[in-house]
Amino acid sequence: MSAQPMSAESTSTVSAPLLTVDRLVVDYPVTGWRRPPVRVLKGISLEIGAGETLGLVGESGSGKTTLGRAILGLAPVTGGEIRLGGRVVSNLGRRERRALSRDVQVVFQDPYTSLNPAMTVGDILTEPLLVTGSSRSDAQRRVRELLDQVHLPADAVSRLPREFSGGQRQRIAIARALTRDPKLVVCDEPVSALDLSTQARVLDLFIEIQERTGVAYLFVTHDLSVVRHISHRVAVMYRGELVETGDAAAVTTAPDHPYTRRLLLAAPVPDPRRQAERRAERHRFAAAQAAG
Amino acid sequence: MSILSDAGPAGPAPVDAVAAPARAGAVRRLLRNPVAVVALVWLVAVAVLALLAPLLTSQSPTASKITEALAPMGGDHPLGTDGVGRDVWAQLLYGARTSLIGSLIVVAVSLLLGLPAGVLAGYRRGRFDAVASWVANLLMALPAIIVLLVVLAQFGRSTALAMAVFGVIIAPGVFRLVRSSVIAVREELYVDAARVAGLSDARIMRRHVLPVVVPPTVIQVSQLLGIAIVIQAGLEFLGLGSANQASWGGMLSDAFQNIYAQPRLLLWPALAIVLTVTAFSLLGNALRDALGVSGRVPRVRRRQRTDAPPVVAAGGEVPAAPDVPDALLVLDGLRVAYPTPEGTEREVVHGVSLTVRRGEVLGLVGESGSGKSQTAFAVLGLLPPQARTSAARMTFDGTDLRGLSPAAMNRLRGRRIGYIPQEPMSNLDPSFTIGSQLTEPMRHHLGLSKDEARTRALQLLDRVGIPDPARVFASYPHQVSGGMAQRVLIAGAVSCDPDLLIADEPTTALDVTVQAEVLDLVRELQAERQMGVVLVTHDFGVVADVCDTVAVMRDGRIVESAPAERLFADPQHEYTRMLLGSTLEDTPARGALAGAGLHPEEIAPAPLTSGGPR
Repeated sequence: MSAQPMSAESTSTVSAPLLTVDRLVVDYPVTGWRRPPVRVLKGISLEIGAGETLGLVGESGSGKTTLGRAILGLAPVTGGEIRLGGRVVSNLGRRERRALSRDVQVVFQDPYTSLNPAMTVGDILTEPLLVTGSSRSDAQRRVRELLDQVHLPADAVSRLPREFSGGQRQRIAIARALTRDPKLVVCDEPVSALDLSTQARVLDLFIEIQERTGVAYLFVTHDLSVVRHISHRVAVMYRGELVETGDAAAVTTAPDHPYTRRLLLAAPVPDPRRQAERRAERHRFAAAQAAG
Repeated sequence: MSILSDAGPAGPAPVDAVAAPARAGAVRRLLRNPVAVVALVWLVAVAVLALLAPLLTSQSPTASKITEALAPMGGDHPLGTDGVGRDVWAQLLYGARTSLIGSLIVVAVSLLLGLPAGVLAGYRRGRFDAVASWVANLLMALPAIIVLLVVLAQFGRSTALAMAVFGVIIAPGVFRLVRSSVIAVREELYVDAARVAGLSDARIMRRHVLPVVVPPTVIQVSQLLGIAIVIQAGLEFLGLGSANQASWGGMLSDAFQNIYAQPRLLLWPALAIVLTVTAFSLLGNALRDALGVSGRVPRVRRRQRTDAPPVVAAGGEVPAAPDVPDALLVLDGLRVAYPTPEGTEREVVHGVSLTVRRGEVLGLVGESGSGKSQTAFAVLGLLPPQARTSAARMTFDGTDLRGLSPAAMNRLRGRRIGYIPQEPMSNLDPSFTIGSQLTEPMRHHLGLSKDEARTRALQLLDRVGIPDPARVFASYPHQVSGGMAQRVLIAGAVSCDPDLLIADEPTTALDVTVQAEVLDLVRELQAERQMGVVLVTHDFGVVADVCDTVAVMRDGRIVESAPAERLFADPQHEYTRMLLGSTLEDTPARGALAGAGLHPEEIAPAPLTSGGPR
């Protein structure tokens, strides 16, 4: 515990992004004798600043989840680099990787399998603290703080995950990610499995926590309206490549790239008349694409 | 799974019932099972008798007195003596020792080899897994008895050695079980989360992996103990056990030689072996029930089956004529209830009334637990058997659906009521080609010949926008994408020209660009064939795209029902307004990060190498 935690209030003037992904390539091996591996990420480059949310949009198979997992050290990095505050963190040894867990954390999509069903909420939340040598009473104090931050009652500690609804479980998962004040949280579709009304509240919780703690998010999602709501900047992925990156408002209203445009026009608007217009526009766009 | 997961907000959600929660509870459950208690009592009795053997008999189990051969029961020999004058009671007691020690050796050796190898292979995978699995397969292919005979011939008679070798031979069983449970739990996201949280592998193993591995292993051990006793008795019966050691198998062998002179001798060792082996195996079964493990990690709670047929009971009088002239589907006061473990009933749909006309698309919207899927499944007659449904009226094109026999319902389903499910992949049978799954209903319902059905199926596949119908027709479900599979299911749903189409979240599992195309298709087919459609969804965008009327459901009730235009423009119910207010579509974008420069500070991560493990 000799190292000082990174401080978001640091006043240093040297401008380096919190996270830099530089020409990242990820291959997954294919089972079978001498079969070539599948290239899931084909040279991705992006940056995330401290306290910033970068929304990562794409459809299934685009590689967006793999990018998140590579940053977390859960996917093998074949080529390129991932740097955290200027230090290379791709392909670290297991032990160095563990040391990094203070700075980079995760919230997964499925609130049902991301919490161990056999452990109480208290055990789930104290675990990351106890492994780093916190005393049990310190850990318990911190857990009470965290539950309060994610707006769950303090008596949640002694209950099992199955006693909570999907939205509440996701709050528990968020609390777990926050236990050690990370600098970056990779959020992998954290609201996709939630009901509409719950979704909005959990998104607001993410924003509230960011504004208070200055944590940065890599927010992976397939939903343009979600990404628009939470992101400062948006990156669009298609088949393992970034096709467009830019300011959230610009990318989600007037996209440059034809794929982003297609994505935007395919998302239905909750208003019959406007949806009819969008549908007509989508058909015109598809016809134009087919012709050109 | 939408049937169960939509069952209600108050009910416990179907959770991963990994066996570890509350081990104490498992012990209590075990002790509540009379079979388990009897088996445990027997096994404890055998163990105690074996331990206290020197106190319970003064006779030596191995000293033979030819003069007292085949002595009757009574006197110095409560159970008599065997063919060479050894005391039967003493042999039984000391034989229990041999049997228990032998089976413990087997279990110890197989656990020692199988458990760590299984955990390591399952957790690390890779090369160790490949080698260990190969060795396990090799060991499993060896004929156990022959190996034992060879070993004993080479190293001399020794029960302990034989049992240790048998432990090695049987270790792959443990290895495979442990490996597969570890692989299953390793895929769980909470293990990934633990790695990201900085837990060491050893700690992840102890906290997250072992609790899942222990229950199936405990059950396996109980079965192994029984098997070991049988194998051991077999070897001793053949005279391959240690010399000068009492054993149940040896007793059997001696009794066999004197089967005409004293058949009673066979009884005691046979009883001991049969009862002990049975007790171990019954205990194993009881443990399985108590720990809630059935081989693999179960993901969903078991559904209880009852014999009650899923008919809809009449809940009132049926009016003679429908109120709406061209009504296709009329529901009035539909209720769905499920029995609870306490013996009461929990109602999840509380009197839903709706009408769908020919050519009308009705959107049934709600959040999870609102009862929207339950309502749709009640119309299809596809609720689980224990569901109790009742309605004042439930008619489809004039036919009363209540109390319809399963056969009559089958004639309606597929033929006149089509169904598009949520999960395209799990609704196609992986072992049949798409073509055979498409043509079968047409041949059944429409009486088409094989060729006619094939021609029609190819036309349909072409109609739903599949580029190469002949290829898809001949493909198996795993060979096509999710979007393609959903098109195939839509083709299947409309193949018999149904009047009513029920679609349960038909695009939820699809990408947004594919969703748009599938919704286009549903809209076109609906207009082309003037079908009535019930579209169950949680997405107001989807509703706005295809629905003519909308019914908003909450907690098993319809809170608001209106034409789509009006519902979106002027929602009446507070809940509808809240839901529409929750859509993010029109919220302003968050905008750029305040403080412009984006990376105002140097962020130096903690030095990774200094200070040892943290």
